[in-house]
Amino acid sequence: MLRPPMNLVSIMPEQTYLDAIRAGLEEELRRDSAVYIFGEDVALGGPFGVTKGLAETFGVNRLVNTPISEATVMGITIGAATAGLRPVVEIMFIDFITLAMDQLVNHAAKLHYMSGGQLKIPLTVRVQCGISGAMGAHHSQSLESWLAHVPGLKVVMPANPADAKGLLKSAIRDDNPVVFIEHRGLYWTKGEVADGETVVPIGKASVLRQGEQITIVALSSMVGPALAAARELEAEGISAEVIDPRTISPLDIETIANSVKKTSRMVVVHEAVEQGGVGAEIVAQVQQEAFHYLDSPIARVAAPFAPVPASPTLETRFLPGKVEILSAVRHSLHSRA
Amino acid sequence: MAAKKDNFKEVIDLLRRMWLIRAFEEKVSSLYAERQIVGLLHLGIGQEAVAVGALSLLRADDYVYGGHRSHGHAIAKGANINKLMAEIAGRATGYCGGKGGSMHIVAKECGFITATGVVGGTIPLALGAAFAAKEKKHGQLAVVFFGDGAGQVGPFHESLNIASLWRLPVIFICENNGYAEFTPLSAHTKIERLALHAKTYGIPASTIDGNDLFAVRNAMTKAVKSCRAGKGPVFVECLTHRMRGHYEGDPAKYRELSQLAEWKKKDPIGRVARALKSQKAITDAQLEGIESKARLLADKAAEFSLSSPWPTEKDVDDQVYAAAT
Repeated sequence: MLRPPMNLVSIMPEQTYLDAIRAGLEEELRRDSAVYIFGEDVALGGPFGVTKGLAETFGVNRLVNTPISEATVMGITIGAATAGLRPVVEIMFIDFITLAMDQLVNHAAKLHYMSGGQLKIPLTVRVQCGISGAMGAHHSQSLESWLAHVPGLKVVMPANPADAKGLLKSAIRDDNPVVFIEHRGLYWTKGEVADGETVVPIGKASVLRQGEQITIVALSSMVGPALAAARELEAEGISAEVIDPRTISPLDIETIANSVKKTSRMVVVHEAVEQGGVGAEIVAQVQQEAFHYLDSPIARVAAPFAPVPASPTLETRFLPGKVEILSAVRHSLHSRA
Repeated sequence: MAAKKDNFKEVIDLLRRMWLIRAFEEKVSSLYAERQIVGLLHLGIGQEAVAVGALSLLRADDYVYGGHRSHGHAIAKGANINKLMAEIAGRATGYCGGKGGSMHIVAKECGFITATGVVGGTIPLALGAAFAAKEKKHGQLAVVFFGDGAGQVGPFHESLNIASLWRLPVIFICENNGYAEFTPLSAHTKIERLALHAKTYGIPASTIDGNDLFAVRNAMTKAVKSCRAGKGPVFVECLTHRMRGHYEGDPAKYRELSQLAEWKKKDPIGRVARALKSQKAITDAQLEGIESKARLLADKAAEFSLSSPWPTEKDVDDQVYAAAT
């Protein structure tokens, strides 16, 4: 492959979210021989091609194809972590993490604590979530709030290729179980990714756009619509700040609260259903940190309290987006606390 | 193995270890009755031959996983009984600083990796350790203990399938004590012998008298040899009985008294003692000495535990996450 000479240009090539994840996996497999990847079809690249080609480079010993036994495979990777490996396990759809929740919640999350620090579980759980392609209620959910409720787990939700790669590398190097939630709808989106070593710290939010009048906090697939809404608002003379928490546990409330102290208004956006969602936690923490700065009630934009419908027309109605964000922002700007 | 002239010393050592577990658990039981220990305790009194017979054949660096009834497994793998009892008593000096408790013992220093409060929950973990062992090529193996109740959970079957498929160096030890909590096995499954499941998945399996220390040793000797030779998993079903209820405080009314009396005759400790005595390898005085020494050690563990400090308020949310290294 031809590459421009390093000394002539600063290299920030565009890469898809999916390729960035693969690059992160490849670099970590190369860096640390304790890294193993487990999951259904991972040696074959998986249904979306995230692990494509890795078995050819690193062998099927390290890209371990598993039967469709999520509960046990999760347990196997936890056991392997107790015995010195640094496994990455892929659960093909977050909808199936339900099957592995016992092991994830009762063992991965708790063994460090319950053992009084004797055990460490350096485990990365890669899983993709969300609505994309009218796949219906068993292949489209956003279940991150369940995971963020569990002490001992870290939960990250990258929204762009650079964060995907950088957070994945941090997750693999972390001595704790980290659930790395990819969004299927983002796999083929592109963004700049620095070549080579790029590590994004877990637990740090990213201010994607500075603004003065309102803070929009958006997760994963909703970051794109939030930025689009902010651009549209700018054309109308409204200055919106957009923050991507990137990690939902531990949550970087400081960055979010500081923004709200400046703007005095906030809208929280996620694709998961509103009730009991991560947005509720963000709202609760912001009101604790910045209640007296607020000029209007905090609004949430999220999916209705229903399973994800299969029909494309229903799916479109179910999915929140730019229109709902704009409406929430306008409502917030016109109301008073 | 049988008690023979050339191994009397070894058998006596094993008897000593069985007595240590018995005395330890009886002490825990009495402390619980006095409310000096609280919580949910599951004792394995009557099942000591399985733990001691199986684990006396392992290397220090082999990985052992248990279930909710695993005090004996930890002791048989070499856990310090002071730290173990302190953990059960919820004290800061316990193995886990009081954060684990009776059902979640971890004694990593001796290779007892973890127990669990979830029935069958550690079976997949043992596969993971076996996977790591196989990759590291140091000849280690993993052993997991579970009861007959675990035979009806999904991951039990998934694990047998994967262990067989990947030829993992793992030994499954089913302590079939006939009851899943309050209910006899016959009410939960048509499959009377859990070893049959293992055979279905292509795993060599046997069903043995788990109250016979020598039978356990013999089955485990073969299992360990086969596993270390890279021949994949082995399944050993040990028929046994817990002399106590499912948990301390369970009156066990579901069990016939005649059944209990029958099992008392098969007490694994008594059987080893009789085998040694019948060959004049030990005297009554020596046997009493073994028992009283074990009880003394258990008493000392209790003293250590009850005089140990409680964990402090700062421990409540400490060690939720491992610190960055």
